[in-house]
Amino acid sequence: MASTVGNQQFAADQAATIAGDGQWPLWEVFTQSAQGAPHEHAGSLHAVDAEQALQNARDVYARRGGVISLWVVPSGAITASRAADSGPLFDPGADKAYRHPQFYKVPRGVRGV
Amino acid sequence: MTASPLAPSVVPGPSAAPNPLFELLLRLGDDRLVLGHRLSEWCGHAPILEEDIALANVALDLLGQATMFLRLAGEVEGQGRNEDALAYFREAVDFRNCQLVELPKGDFAFTIARQFLFDVYAVILLDALSSSKHGELAAIAAKALKEAKYHVRHSGEWVLKLGDGTEESHRRVQRALDDLWRFTGELFAADAIDRAMQEAGVGPDLPALRAQWETLVRDVVDRATLTLPLQAPVLTMRGGRSGAHTEALGHLLAEMQIVARSHPGATW
Amino acid sequence: MTQTRTAPADDPAKVAAFEARIAAGESIEPNDWMPERYRRQLVRMMSQHAHSEIVGMLPEGNWITRAPSLRRKISLLAKVQDEAGHGLYIYCGTETLGVDRSELIQQLLDGTAKYSSIFNYPTLSWADIGVIGWFVDGAAIVNQTILAKASYGPYARAMIRVCKEENFHKRQGYEIVATLANGTPAQKAMVQDAVNRWWWPSLMMFGPSDTDSPNTAELIRWKVKRKTNDELRQRFVNLTVPQAVAVSLTLPDPELKYDAETDNWQFGAIDWTEFNQVIRGNGPCNRERLDARRKAHDDGAWVREAASAYAEKQRAKQAPEAA
Repeated sequence: MASTVGNQQFAADQAATIAGDGQWPLWEVFTQSAQGAPHEHAGSLHAVDAEQALQNARDVYARRGGVISLWVVPSGAITASRAADSGPLFDPGADKAYRHPQFYKVPRGVRGV
Repeated sequence: MTASPLAPSVVPGPSAAPNPLFELLLRLGDDRLVLGHRLSEWCGHAPILEEDIALANVALDLLGQATMFLRLAGEVEGQGRNEDALAYFREAVDFRNCQLVELPKGDFAFTIARQFLFDVYAVILLDALSSSKHGELAAIAAKALKEAKYHVRHSGEWVLKLGDGTEESHRRVQRALDDLWRFTGELFAADAIDRAMQEAGVGPDLPALRAQWETLVRDVVDRATLTLPLQAPVLTMRGGRSGAHTEALGHLLAEMQIVARSHPGATW
Repeated sequence: MTQTRTAPADDPAKVAAFEARIAAGESIEPNDWMPERYRRQLVRMMSQHAHSEIVGMLPEGNWITRAPSLRRKISLLAKVQDEAGHGLYIYCGTETLGVDRSELIQQLLDGTAKYSSIFNYPTLSWADIGVIGWFVDGAAIVNQTILAKASYGPYARAMIRVCKEENFHKRQGYEIVATLANGTPAQKAMVQDAVNRWWWPSLMMFGPSDTDSPNTAELIRWKVKRKTNDELRQRFVNLTVPQAVAVSLTLPDPELKYDAETDNWQFGAIDWTEFNQVIRGNGPCNRERLDARRKAHDDGAWVREAASAYAEKQRAKQAPEAA
């Protein structure tokens, strides 16, 4: 009810600052579609603070239903790997067959291993 | 839209002994129809894209609620009028909305201030109506209450932002509140219909809701560094509930009803 | 703006690697290396697309307050609201290319950016709302279904979301058209008139003929576009003709005829002079549309500033506690 208006403070507010040209900060929106499902990136939007980002996310990305939870993150708070680094970052993971169960042999007929 | 709307000339006016339940449902439906219409005027013209979408969402909720209340009103009346016949083929004097909702949309500060005053009222009223003895009315109120709780969160945040934003925004929203205050008396003024509905356990004790409304409104208004008159408004601006409106409603209806009335009997 | 400067020369080895990725059907993401010209073409195309959604709210928004039933009023408002959403998705996609939305909007308002020519035509009757949903959204779906496979990831993802949402737009339009076509004589006349006015501008929506479309070859090579303007236009005509027949409406083209050999509906010559005039700003409503956008932007300036100022004050209040 009305008493919740403006009473919430979010750490993310400190991470989203308004640009010199007055453009509202950009936020990334993640939506969860069902209990137990992961939050997935839905898109982005502009908002001056976290409460407004949540409200806008609700109106922009959840207006058709099918969403049970929202995350909003200031875009500037996301650190992304660079495509140029993808070799050193990800290729070494691709040949570690011993991390996958198929690497190991189990005697025929044994179940539940 | 199966029943074709009746031509205006054959629509019965309010009967001598009004059915209080029908009247109550019209008040609820017309408030939302007229305010939803006013909000929809922002579509494509809002201050920022995100707000275009937000205002349209609130308008859609209100128009959906209006449809449900007016449909039920038509059923209760039992004269074959559906929600469209009621929305499109009544004259301004037959509309039962409060005057607050029919005022032109004004600037964004006016729209937000009006919306906030109405949203808090809607939450309190719908909360009371959701325990009405009239089952269908209670069910619609319970559904609408969830929407109204979000609406007040949205408009309330904007009151804070405009009130405690810049000098200009503060001035604009303060002026809007000053202009609107006199229209809030009507929201809680009970007449014979309200009292009959209250006695029947269908409607709330309207005047008793005002204190809670004012507490919630003042809480946000204070934190927004804005001020409200200390006194409840003198009841000068009222009459909407019995068909006496401001000049604004006639223009709104002329626009809203033009297509439907130009083709009586047509299906859309 | 972007076309007037020549792109700096890109490293040929990087360009070759980029084109190999495109050829292999890979999706390009914001952090990936891309030729400057690819980036510029995308900014141009995506921002035009976003502007079109936003300006496109105006002709239809014109009828929200006059929709003839509550059901129609609600659907139309929801549809125009979706257009704001689609503009928003595409602007955000464009922002991944390093341009601010405020910069793009400024280009729209000062008249340097283009948007779809169709929205410079007036909506004169309620039937226009039906016909726009049927033709204009129908054409947009043909276009966007293909763009959902565009090589730039954020654009393709925005298009997937748009296509999902837009399915109801065309249906609500066609439902209005079918209702009017089966209605009173006045309603039938109203919808035929709307069809007559919107048919040719809708065909122009796909852009100039392939022979006059300077950007097409490059955009197709980079898989930003997957089909040419003429291919998409033909697909739209083939889809629409039977839909018109089904509701006994006549498309205003005496040369329209089915060609069994190609399985296409052949159509008459498009008046490109009119198209070019509208694109250059001389359409019936170009000035009104831009004026309406400028007014909304200017009237909203104090609101955007107020919200920013409020947020800054709150941050300043919280900062010492956080430190």
